[in-house]
Amino acid sequence: MKQDHIDKIKEICKHFNNEGGELINVLHQTQHYIGYLPAEAQELIAKELHISVAQVYGVVSFYSFFTMIPKGEHPISVCMGTACYVRGAEKVLDEFKRLLNINVGETTPDGKFSLTALRCIGACGLAPVITVGEQVYGRLAPDDVQTILDQYKN
Amino acid sequence: MADYKYHILICGGTGCRASKSEQITETFKNVLAQKGLNNEVQVVVTGCFGFCEKGPIVKMLPDNTFYVEVKPEDCEEIVNEHLVKGRKVERLLYVDPENKQRVSDSKHMDFYKKQLRIALRNCGFIDPENIDEYIARDGYEALANVLEQNNPAEAIETVKKSGLRGRGGGGFPTGLKWEIASKNHADQKYMICNADEGDPGAFMDRSILEGDPHSLIEAMTIGGFCIGATKGLVYIRAEYPLAIKRLEIAIGQAKEYGLLGKNILGSGFDFDLELRYGAGAFVCGEETALIHSMEGLRGEPTFKPPFPAQEGYLKKPSNVNNVETFANIPVIFNKGWEWFASIGTEKSKGTKVFALAGQINNVGLIEVPMGITLREVVFEIGGGIKNGKKFKAVQTGGPSGGCLTEAFLDTPIDYDNLLAAGSMMGSGGMIVMDETSCMPAVARFYLDFTVEESCGKCTPCRVGNKRLCEILDKITEGKGTLEDLEILKNLSQVIKDTALCGLGQTSPNPILSTIDHFWDEYLAHVTDKKCPAGQCKAMKQYIIDTDNCIGCTACARGCPVGAITGEKKMPHTIKQELCIKCGACYAKCKFNAISIK
Repeated sequence: MKQDHIDKIKEICKHFNNEGGELINVLHQTQHYIGYLPAEAQELIAKELHISVAQVYGVVSFYSFFTMIPKGEHPISVCMGTACYVRGAEKVLDEFKRLLNINVGETTPDGKFSLTALRCIGACGLAPVITVGEQVYGRLAPDDVQTILDQYKN
Repeated sequence: MADYKYHILICGGTGCRASKSEQITETFKNVLAQKGLNNEVQVVVTGCFGFCEKGPIVKMLPDNTFYVEVKPEDCEEIVNEHLVKGRKVERLLYVDPENKQRVSDSKHMDFYKKQLRIALRNCGFIDPENIDEYIARDGYEALANVLEQNNPAEAIETVKKSGLRGRGGGGFPTGLKWEIASKNHADQKYMICNADEGDPGAFMDRSILEGDPHSLIEAMTIGGFCIGATKGLVYIRAEYPLAIKRLEIAIGQAKEYGLLGKNILGSGFDFDLELRYGAGAFVCGEETALIHSMEGLRGEPTFKPPFPAQEGYLKKPSNVNNVETFANIPVIFNKGWEWFASIGTEKSKGTKVFALAGQINNVGLIEVPMGITLREVVFEIGGGIKNGKKFKAVQTGGPSGGCLTEAFLDTPIDYDNLLAAGSMMGSGGMIVMDETSCMPAVARFYLDFTVEESCGKCTPCRVGNKRLCEILDKITEGKGTLEDLEILKNLSQVIKDTALCGLGQTSPNPILSTIDHFWDEYLAHVTDKKCPAGQCKAMKQYIIDTDNCIGCTACARGCPVGAITGEKKMPHTIKQELCIKCGACYAKCKFNAISIK
């Protein structure tokens, strides 16, 4: 792990008084900073908060928001909430899988795109909805997928 | 809203922001500045108006003109026509789908006519980032009165008499919950808000947090005073960045005004509010799981008793309510419990917010009095089914709920009637489905969700739901047997009876209710290997009608797996063993030569 990452993690832990009860807050900030939670980061956090690595890993693997795989440069999230589902989100997701040749939870080998399915972003009026980074795209059909990807490929 | 002559309200909810409402705000500000009107016209970014289907929404005050589907390039015209010349921009008004008339005032739109807004009273009216606007609409008056009267027991009595029940799903009487928590003595108690909205397809809590954060702060402070808690914690989804931002701003402003912190309004009562972040776990909606998550642990539920009111956060007495429940509290005090109790049905008082979505014309967030019928919601407020298709079912209660069919269209909606109909109120997701929805596939969708969200602590939920999901996979892939249907029913019942927490106990509901109401559809999948709704891929066949096919090769070129062969200008054929049933050929064919069987 890079030295600046180590320093930052220690700083985050200290900010939360090195308390085990603040684990989830520490993980949120660490993931925000590094982008994901590699094993070494979890070991360091366990040491700093005086809890077992098993407890840290247990929490990381429990919550869907935490990831141990680095996200792509353009993280794609397909909403699979019920409203999007009944308006055809699964077909949109399938098209992303096919064109990127990756599964949900994976990142393309060139690190450009990663694909996740999430539950309801609260934009049901635009169903089916996806986000690429912060940008939201709504009312999609499988045919639109290629066009969206092309915008980010350059 | 002081000296301005006009106000332009722009929806800043998530749906409208996704369709450029921020750009609209900027453009309005620029245009007004250019014309030197910025001292006469105020631009206000509000919370969600609810009518997401027609977003982005722009509302003009004082004349209440409601513009729909506004684009940034429309702003100049609105300023020139509406503000300068006093003429409405007709083309941006809502068109009534029935009589094709343009409607300018939202009060006359079917979508709003039958609504009664209590929890959402301020959403779409005030700037959520400005405490003065909340105060101008009677904000913090209820808190001031409760503190002045200094009688927690009487305040709890008011909530009890109002008949308010938990809006998060369970429907437990809120006043009673407060009373129990108030009677447990400890050096520290906690007032907790569950803002970890996880039901896919429900976003009312988000809208309240984004559109009216102060109502939550006021209600939690009142609750804290009633039960004797000096600390409040809001457990909020990390996936709701805008809600977090608005709540943080609101907490800062409340502190500045002396409405949070030490010695609130000179009463001697201290109350502080902190945020705790969720990390994406549906089971954390269960209060014991939520409390463990706040303690930095895996969000696994524990057996009750002890109830949180006895042993909650950090083993101290705690009270957990959800956002919508809290949003009702200030109004109950301001308008009196008698008023609140006069709305609704015998055992369900007040209103309920529903996220109306799915295959319906008017998608959006609605708040209606308890006791309204499904027919009124779907066909009047919702404007009926999209594309003139036939109504099939409404799913309520999310992954823990069930489907209601045509037979229930005239049943008054309240907690007890929904339970009796095999569904539940849940947090208020209301997904409308038309004839093209396949019910076994819908059940599989929910089970898939439960399997993913099961915390794994108890065997019935961890293993049982996985088995249920596998059986549904078999059925939707056309490999199911009659015996599978029997196993499905039995196993569902076992899981219902034996799972540890609410998530597990209710997880088979989507199966049981669809089996109840759509048994024929399950049978068709199993015995005829057919999906009547034409949704299940495995049972679909794309076939080229040789009479209509002119051999244009469009389908063959569009096929991603090369399953279509044929000479130019000669009828083509689809090799079924290669076909992945993506439907690309069907979409490409201009001669109606491809049919789905």
